[in-house]
Amino acid sequence: MKPAPFDYLRATSTEHALEALAHGGEDARVLAGGQSLMAVLNMRLAQPRWLVDISRTDELNTVRVDNEAGQLVIGAAATQGSVEWRPSLRDEVPLLALAFPHISHFQIRNRGTVCGSIAHADPSAELPLALAALGGDVLLRSTKRRRVLAAEDFFQGMLMTAREPDELVEAVRFPLKKPGERYGFAEFSARHGDFALVSCAAVVTDKAIQIAVGGVADRPVVERWPRLQGDDLRTALNDLSWKLGAQDDAHVSATYRRHLVRQLGWRVIEEAM
Amino acid sequence: MSKTPKTPVNTMPHGIQPRGERQRITVTLNGRERSGYCEPRDLLSDLLRHELGATGTHVGCEHGVCGACTVHIDGVAGRSCLMLALQADGRRIDTVEGLAPDQTLGDLQQAFQRHHALQCGFCTAGILMSCADYLKRVPDLDEAQVRDMLSGHLCRCTGYTPIVAAVLDVAARRRQAQEEKETSDA
Repeated sequence: MKPAPFDYLRATSTEHALEALAHGGEDARVLAGGQSLMAVLNMRLAQPRWLVDISRTDELNTVRVDNEAGQLVIGAAATQGSVEWRPSLRDEVPLLALAFPHISHFQIRNRGTVCGSIAHADPSAELPLALAALGGDVLLRSTKRRRVLAAEDFFQGMLMTAREPDELVEAVRFPLKKPGERYGFAEFSARHGDFALVSCAAVVTDKAIQIAVGGVADRPVVERWPRLQGDDLRTALNDLSWKLGAQDDAHVSATYRRHLVRQLGWRVIEEAM
Repeated sequence: MSKTPKTPVNTMPHGIQPRGERQRITVTLNGRERSGYCEPRDLLSDLLRHELGATGTHVGCEHGVCGACTVHIDGVAGRSCLMLALQADGRRIDTVEGLAPDQTLGDLQQAFQRHHALQCGFCTAGILMSCADYLKRVPDLDEAQVRDMLSGHLCRCTGYTPIVAAVLDVAARRRQAQEEKETSDA
C-alpha cells in the first residue's frame, strides 16, 4: 500500500526541524531513517498531516566520543550502520557491538537511525534495551527548551515516551566502557531479524550485576543485584521473570516468556561474568 | 490585547512541499542523471518503476520485509519501499540494471546463473544489490555471514542454498583474481 497524503518538509538545520515541529505539534511526525515509520505509513497505521524529514540534516548526522563525559553521543540522523561499522565501537560501547547484529537486517540498519529506534520505543527493540541497561540518556530539544532525560524516565510504555510533540530527540548518549565492566547480550526470536520475544542485556562488575529485559513488559526493565551466584541467582531471575507481568499473546505463552527470561538472563550474566 | 509571542510558533516554516503536488526529482540512476515527477507520498520504488521505467527493481511487500526492492542509495543497500522519492532527490541510486551496464552480466550475476541461484527471479534483483554492497565491505566472507546478510530477503523458490553457494563462489573468484593481479604486478 501507499501512504496517505501528507505535507513534507526537508529540514535544512536543527532549528528548521524544531520550527516545523512547533508548528505541526501532534500532527507532525519526524522522519529519520524511516525503517519503522515508512512501514507504518505504507500500511496506513499512521496518517500524520506532516512529515519533518531530518535524514539529510547534516548537523544531526553525528557520532562522536565525549571523553570528558565518558559518553558516545549519537545524533538524530546517524544511522545504525554508521555506528555498527565503527572499528572502535567494541572498545567504546561493547554492549552496542553485541546488540547490533540482532537488530533486524543489515539492509535495514544501513538506513535506520539509533535515535529513531529509541524514540519509537518498541518494548522488544534492542537499542532502547541497551540504552536502559547502560543507564544512558536522551537529549530532547524544542524551540523553547532543551532537557536531558535518563533512559528510565524517557521510556513510558509501549511505543510511549516522555517526548512532547514539539520536541526532537536531538541525540542519545551511551556511557563508554568502564574499567572492570563486562557485558552480555542475548535474545530469542522466531527467525533471525524478527522482533525479540525476549531480549536480555547484562552489565557485570566485581561487585554488582545489572540486568535489563526487553520484550516482556511494556518497556525495558532494569534490575540491580549484588554479584549473585548459583541458586541465589536462579531465584533472583525467577522472581524477575514473574515481576515483569508476562502475558499470553499470538506468538507465545506467558509461561514460555518467563522461561526465556530465566534462560537468557542466566546466559547473559554468565557471558558477562 | 494579545502580545506577540517570543517564539512565533504559528508561522509556517519555509520549504514545505504540499500534499498532492508533484515535484521534479533528479537522481543519478546507474551513473546517468534522470528526472521524474512525484508527490510527497510516493516511494523511491514508485519513482524508479513508474517515472523512470527502471522496472528491474521489484516491489514485493511494500513494508520492508521481503527485500525485493533493495537498491543502493549513495552506494549503500537499502529498501526503496521504505524511502520517499523526495528523499532521494539529488542522490546516487544504483539498481540491478547497473550490474549489467552493457547488457553483459557482471561476475555476481554470472555466479547466480552457474549455481541456479534463482528460479522465478522475483527476489533476485534485491538480493543482488545486497550482495554487491556486502561483498564490497566484507570481501572474504564466510557462509554464516552470507546467511546473515540473506536473512534480509525472502526467496520462496531456491531454499537459499544455491544463493549462498553463488555468493561464496564469486567472493572466492574475486580473491583469486586479486591475488593473481598482485603476483603479476610484483
